[in-house]
Amino acid sequence: MRFMMIVKATRHSEAGIKPTRELVDAMKAYNEELAKAGVLLAAEGLQPSSGGLRISYPIPGGMPNVTAGPFEEANELIAGFTLIDVKSEEEAYEWAIRMPDPHGFGEGEIELRQVFEAAELIRDPRILAMEADLRDQIDMINKK
Amino acid sequence: MTDTAAHRTIDAIWRIESAKLIAGLARMVRDVGIAEDLAQDALVIALEKWPDTGIPDNPGAWLMATAKRRAIDLLRRNKMRDRKYEEIGRGSDLYTEPDLESVMDGEIGDDLLRLIFTTCHPVLSQEARVALTLRLLGGLTTDEIAHAFLVAESTVAQRIVRAKKTLSAARVPFEVPVGDELKDRLSSVLEVIYLMFNEGYTATAGENWIRPLLCQEALRLGRILAEIATAEPEVHGLVALMEIQSSRFKTRVSPVGEPILLMDQNRALWDQLLIRRGLAALERAQKLGRPLGPYALQAAISSCHAQARTASETDWARIAALYEALSRVTPSPVVELNRAVAISMAFGPEFGLQIVDALTSEPSLKEYHLLPSVRGDLLVKVGRVVEAREEFERAASLTGNERERELLLRRAAECAANGYL
Repeated sequence: MRFMMIVKATRHSEAGIKPTRELVDAMKAYNEELAKAGVLLAAEGLQPSSGGLRISYPIPGGMPNVTAGPFEEANELIAGFTLIDVKSEEEAYEWAIRMPDPHGFGEGEIELRQVFEAAELIRDPRILAMEADLRDQIDMINKK
Repeated sequence: MTDTAAHRTIDAIWRIESAKLIAGLARMVRDVGIAEDLAQDALVIALEKWPDTGIPDNPGAWLMATAKRRAIDLLRRNKMRDRKYEEIGRGSDLYTEPDLESVMDGEIGDDLLRLIFTTCHPVLSQEARVALTLRLLGGLTTDEIAHAFLVAESTVAQRIVRAKKTLSAARVPFEVPVGDELKDRLSSVLEVIYLMFNEGYTATAGENWIRPLLCQEALRLGRILAEIATAEPEVHGLVALMEIQSSRFKTRVSPVGEPILLMDQNRALWDQLLIRRGLAALERAQKLGRPLGPYALQAAISSCHAQARTASETDWARIAALYEALSRVTPSPVVELNRAVAISMAFGPEFGLQIVDALTSEPSLKEYHLLPSVRGDLLVKVGRVVEAREEFERAASLTGNERERELLLRRAAECAANGYL
């Protein structure tokens, strides 16, 4: 199952102040640890909201409102995210709790959220994977 | 924290730490069976203590320190025993006490690599390799492994016990092979991972539905391997193949459980994140600048489909060329048949038919139902329906799959109807 660890923005990140060297190194080490455990899917940092846009729909069925950043309430904004693929909720929590304080200054906040996934169910005969590919191709040639 | 909650947390910590723990301990005691026992002992102590004391700040380090203390006790006991053996003139080199601190501080990646080369050692049967790898590297319980393979738990437990004994008896060294041996041993590791993946992806006995636990485990192991064996193109090739095949998970089966073939899959539902990861892994394989091996080639073929927005945009000429390259590194009738179909798609059925006709004289393919099946399809395309009907009937008589037999007989009937109009 997939979880997203969302790093909340702070006044500093919104002001475009770069994190300290120590923090950058700690995050790098943490991401490496995730990768070496085979659970890391993606990790990205976002630019401050001053370069962002907001598209809202105040009237159902109506035209959207487009507002340019920056946006207020830094702690409701996000500064980055890390997507992981793990076996259980508890494992996701264990990884989230190991993430370094993402900002320092007493404002660091990480939100852990589960990604919606359809129940993945598979039923299959005992055949070779390449025979499955071949069936796909046969099907394609029949429909050509 | 309630006991159940604590146990679930400890399970999660075990999942994260166990492989590293066992790998580190195995380097110390040079026996993966004993290493696992020591790690399990530490887990049992944690299960007793942590519900009362709370989870330590660094649970991995706690488990390692606990297991290490027991390992040192064990090594000392064995050393005393060895001394006695020496006194009576029988030495044993099974255990030596190395500089423990330096042993435990080594690179974790190296230990994990040693561990996977050991659990996938050719001295073990293929089934044993898969079970032991899932157990020691995946941290799965025997129950989970048994469930995934639809066999009894006792069967898996026995398989693992026997595998550990075999490794001890054969004195398999806890190391990463070098030189010429590396290539063969690495292909054994990759085979185990891909076998695991396919077991989840294409194969499960009977009518049972399973969660693709094995696919997830295989993918996770592949991703780990790609981080610790970065210089091996086939490792990245295998990861690419698994990432891309996984991207089609959601679209492979209809809500009522019918398989959906590539042509009819809703490409909008393919997982673009996994496709992107697959393409990146393939690029890593290519950038190493060595000729592509079978996994990377299969991944490249898979990537052609992944990159085609619609089935009609598929680059069949490239796929045909890749199958040709694949048939050079792993000659196989299935690859040849795939190539024949790709060539038909790219250049026309008459060209594909030439390849298939050449295969009909191959004695090993006499009973292979997919040969007449493919030949029948190509014959229909060039208008030779009477021959096509014979081929479909022949294929139907050879297949063991009921649904496929029905489909082939229907194709034969269609040919009959068209042939005698």
